Amino acid sequence: MKYVDEFRDGELARAVAAGIASITDPDRHYKIMEVCGGHTHTIYRHGIKDLLPDQVELVHGPGCPVCVLPMGRVDEGIEIAERPEVIFTCFGDMMRVPGSRGNLLEIKAEGADIRMVYSPLDALRIARENPEREVVFYAIGFETTAPSTALTLQRAKKEGIENFSVFCNHVTIVPPVRALLDSPDLRLDAFIGPGHVSTVIGCRPYEFMSADYDKPCVVAGFEPLDLLQSILMLMRQLEDGRCEVENQYGRVVPWEGNLQALKSMAEVFELRPYFEWRGLGFIAQSALKLSPAYADFDAELRYSTPGVRVADPKACQCGEVLKGVLKPHECRVFGTACTPERPLGALMVSSEGACAAYYNFGRKSFEKVEIGSRK
Amino acid sequence: MCLGIPGQIVEILDEDIYLAKAEVGGVRRNINIGLVHYDEERIEVGDWVLIHVGFAMSKLDEAEAHTALRALEQIGEEYEQELEELKASQIE
Repeated sequence: MKYVDEFRDGELARAVAAGIASITDPDRHYKIMEVCGGHTHTIYRHGIKDLLPDQVELVHGPGCPVCVLPMGRVDEGIEIAERPEVIFTCFGDMMRVPGSRGNLLEIKAEGADIRMVYSPLDALRIARENPEREVVFYAIGFETTAPSTALTLQRAKKEGIENFSVFCNHVTIVPPVRALLDSPDLRLDAFIGPGHVSTVIGCRPYEFMSADYDKPCVVAGFEPLDLLQSILMLMRQLEDGRCEVENQYGRVVPWEGNLQALKSMAEVFELRPYFEWRGLGFIAQSALKLSPAYADFDAELRYSTPGVRVADPKACQCGEVLKGVLKPHECRVFGTACTPERPLGALMVSSEGACAAYYNFGRKSFEKVEIGSRK
Repeated sequence: MCLGIPGQIVEILDEDIYLAKAEVGGVRRNINIGLVHYDEERIEVGDWVLIHVGFAMSKLDEAEAHTALRALEQIGEEYEQELEELKASQIE
């Protein structure tokens, strides 16, 4: 338990870990998926795995918006960015995501006007300051981030800013989780629900997990202790034979979510019939596009993006890792052809991608545990 | 971009466009409070909020804000990076 001293309350962390151990059935194998990339990061950084019994396995979910973006959408963003009239704006996380012929950083070095922004409202400011140019914002993210794009577009419409558009790649968290539950190659026992997404959508959207699939779900905060406590809550549900949605992060997440955010999203976006996810394929109603009322701001319409599908590099096994079928280090190019410095797949790019987190923090502790558990 | 950072509201700048100034990690930057300042929901100077890509996502009590800040400081590099990006932000 070398990491336990980093916890806010080391004693409590030890007690929670002991609680988990005391109700673990030694003859059972538990697979718990943390849906959110932020949780994956915390789990690796703080060595949460080392505090859990061998029987409890954490499986990393699809909740990193950079990692699930298919290569075709990256390429289309790059094509828009290369247009001479365009100032292309995006979050810093997107800059190194590999497309089929390079990334945004490389295109920028070749002369494209690409600017990293902290907020979509910064992109809107750039549009105001450059009325002779076309400013495009590359919108990515789950329901945590989608409301900020929605509010920015409402503002752009109100101000009548015509040289601003959004290349919308917002995705929703429930459909991929349902797809994973329907997947025959993965047997999961319980879910750690995402924290920040739930500040927007609340806890009710997870009720299908218990109602339709008999799986417990606990919405969790981001501190290591939050994660441990959530795992204990899930283990208690499994021990009692209960399956409910519980909220460990109630101090931040309201059960009903943020009604204002949901209202703005409903006005600005509509569900796409289907959307491609890296590694998971096409999933129905799993992403957002701009609603007809905001069509004038839709970069897909303004630049007629063709919607081309581009296959991942053959060596890349991001898909299996995203589905939790492979651990990051089991991918054939992990740490060799694919590293955080030169990523081949998106899971190695984002600090919240399972592969980058594992590469940076996880290797030693995991090797030890894996060797131990193979005896 | 996936981080949420606690900040304390130091000034309400323009209620019509939901603009407020917040102190975050030692710097003061403008943020949008449209998601936490509507109908009966109100944000006042001194309140702590969780900030994500320039938007206050939810209100926090002070103890939770400090707990979250401590957890972010432990993250190190990504938190520093997020703060750098925030410093470059000029929301109007």
